[in-house]
Amino acid sequence: MFDVVVVGGGLAGLSAALRLAQQGRRVAVVAKGLGATQLTGGTIDVLGYAPERVDNPRRRIPELVREQPDHPYARLDLDLVERSLSWFRSAVEPLRYAGGLDENVLLPSAAGAVRPTALAPASMSDGNLRRVPRLLIVGFRALKDFYPAYVADNLRHAGIEARASVLEANPRSGEADVSGLVYAAALDADAAFRRVLADELAAVVEPGETVGLPAVLGVDEAPAVWRELQERLGAPVFEIPTLPPSVPGRRVHRLLAAALRDAGGRMVVGAVAVGAETGNGRADALVVQDAARRRPYRAHSFVLATGGVASGGLELELDGTVREPVLDLPVAGMPDGAPFSPRYLDPQALAPVGLAVDEELRPVDADGRVVYENVYAAGAMLAAAEPWREKSGDGISLASGIRVTEAIVERLS
Amino acid sequence: MTAVRATLDHCVKCTICESHCPFSAATSLFPGPKYAGPQSERFRAAGRSPDVSVDYCSSCGICTQVCPQGVKIAEINSQARAALKQEHGIPLRDRLIARPSVTGRLAMPLAPLANLGLRVRPLRVAMERSIGIHRDAPLPPVARRTFQRWARRHRAPARERAVVYFHGCSTNYYEPRTGEMAVAVLERAGYRVLVPPQDCCGLPLQSNGAFPAARRYALRLAQALAPYARAGHDIVATSTSCSLMLKREAREILGLEEDDDLRVVSERTYDICEWLRDRFDEGTLPTDFSPLPMRVPYHAPCQQRGHAIGKPALDLLALVPGLEVVELDTDCCGVAGTYGLKREKYAIGMRVGERLFRLVRESGSELAVCDSETCRWQITHGTGVRAVHPIDLLHRAYGL
Repeated sequence: MFDVVVVGGGLAGLSAALRLAQQGRRVAVVAKGLGATQLTGGTIDVLGYAPERVDNPRRRIPELVREQPDHPYARLDLDLVERSLSWFRSAVEPLRYAGGLDENVLLPSAAGAVRPTALAPASMSDGNLRRVPRLLIVGFRALKDFYPAYVADNLRHAGIEARASVLEANPRSGEADVSGLVYAAALDADAAFRRVLADELAAVVEPGETVGLPAVLGVDEAPAVWRELQERLGAPVFEIPTLPPSVPGRRVHRLLAAALRDAGGRMVVGAVAVGAETGNGRADALVVQDAARRRPYRAHSFVLATGGVASGGLELELDGTVREPVLDLPVAGMPDGAPFSPRYLDPQALAPVGLAVDEELRPVDADGRVVYENVYAAGAMLAAAEPWREKSGDGISLASGIRVTEAIVERLS
Repeated sequence: MTAVRATLDHCVKCTICESHCPFSAATSLFPGPKYAGPQSERFRAAGRSPDVSVDYCSSCGICTQVCPQGVKIAEINSQARAALKQEHGIPLRDRLIARPSVTGRLAMPLAPLANLGLRVRPLRVAMERSIGIHRDAPLPPVARRTFQRWARRHRAPARERAVVYFHGCSTNYYEPRTGEMAVAVLERAGYRVLVPPQDCCGLPLQSNGAFPAARRYALRLAQALAPYARAGHDIVATSTSCSLMLKREAREILGLEEDDDLRVVSERTYDICEWLRDRFDEGTLPTDFSPLPMRVPYHAPCQQRGHAIGKPALDLLALVPGLEVVELDTDCCGVAGTYGLKREKYAIGMRVGERLFRLVRESGSELAVCDSETCRWQITHGTGVRAVHPIDLLHRAYGL
């Protein structure tokens, strides 16, 4: 018997579970895979566009909530978002996240676009385009997912002084295609390779330049790798997240998962929640499929953080309906008209579909009635947000993950 | 088998499997589970393997566990390897090390000699040159007597309830002591332990791509155990890889979904720690453990994680006063059953295990805990630290 069973191992689920375990609660995380944190760039985007680029999330979020009263941020007030950010910073303390709600940092993406975000690890902060005078964008010949000339060219279009260079440093010399994780592992473990990289970089960097590298500067030893490189070079260095496999996302996931383990939380990976035992308006157990059988996981409270359609937290049926597959919870926001626009980057009518929730983030039906008094929802499955357009996904996941822990702890005590 | 293959349509190329594959991180000979699996699979539709790199997949199964979309990557790759082996033939070495019950039966009468032979350098070098088993590979010494023989002579105490013990080849031929301790713990928990005659589950053959032979073994074992399952007995196992074979892998990978014996056996099969934890959860497990004042590192083997049951060994050992078990943040020991024994793969396996070895050494403990036998042998080989099954510590804590 657990105090809380969390379904989903992404940012929302893992944060909720860790926060509860830190408070001494018996927690299990049931996760189909390892969660989507490792696919993210490792920054915490709270609100980047609404629909124009947002400079100050603290000012813009209350306006957004007035314009869209169903938006998840309507249930997640600014104090909570702020508490959640500072909790996250302490949970991943070695990565030294900086920033906040007062001014979005503007970071270059791997396509050379300008990307607003609220929190970034120390290793990315020097890439803030509000400040940098001159950029040198550097890639590796063997790393196929990062093209420095393309990044620099696009940044120049945005009025930023930037040039590009390609380094030969290769942890698997002779090979033409080496993944970012192989670079990261080599930089973690191999002092000689760290020197090779620093020396080659020192030969191309000019005084006054800030150096942007693909985000491969170590996993476990990331902060030390970044500091060492910067010291050897005598110039500011920052990382740019690349295509997955995402090294910065992996760092965050590793720290959160390790902290959960150390706090006594249980991770059950590869298991799929497929149903529930319910009665009297409560869930008594979630039914979980493992390698051989379905077994009930009993708890006082349950948190569903299984993600949106892309993660299987919501399922799009062939007839165009959307359902929540674990508890068959009511789904809100189904469009009347065409569900898709053929233009990929258009607003998509299906995108805001998800679970409507009450103040405590418990799913509600069409009449606003709580479905199960001890079932909570967090993260990408919440209705009425469009995280990829708003760049709001991390903020919503983090703050909703923390919000459910507060609601649960209040009820348990 | 088609059900496994159909899951590849769910692949969104997110590369989480690539980032967690311990083998592609250690060698460029294996390009990674996504490349070898969902990506290459479309070229295999024509019936031919596009390359041989999938032979360097170890079947550790981590890719399937971490996939957020439910793609059966390791299973697809196992099937692809079997197809590859069918095209190119299976070397004698692989046929030999994939039959632990045969090698065990052959070696046991010569146990002292055979075990001495394992330590004689020139013999090992000759063995490496002739059949390709690496000279340093951690081959376990064979026991003098089988566990089956012990079990036949063992006087089971009278108990109302009974449970079946599936000991697997390693317990029978190499580590009978693990089986003896498992029986003692189960008896202490209030059960009579039935040990039906049993042979290999077919897993090593499956990992080496010999599917027809693997199917014969798996079905024969299912046939032997099915009457007990049908009579309502649970089947518990100390080998996490062999029990995973019975639970899921034989049905999925070998395509034996239709076999009814295997189905009932699968539904009744439990890892021993999982089963004991269930007894604890229902309040029937005796918990009068004596204190074990020690701090030991624990490695959850890949195949254990494949059960998707969490880590019951940790839950159980947490009940023992004074015992502090430190779960290591590690992926794989590198041996993956028989993979790390092979001449061309030994060094890769040792590189994969490096992190685990370092953490075990740094723990300063004289003992490491791990559920799977081949992983224990690899840990001891890589660190010099004795590695035991969790049941060993429970056995001690019960004062047995």
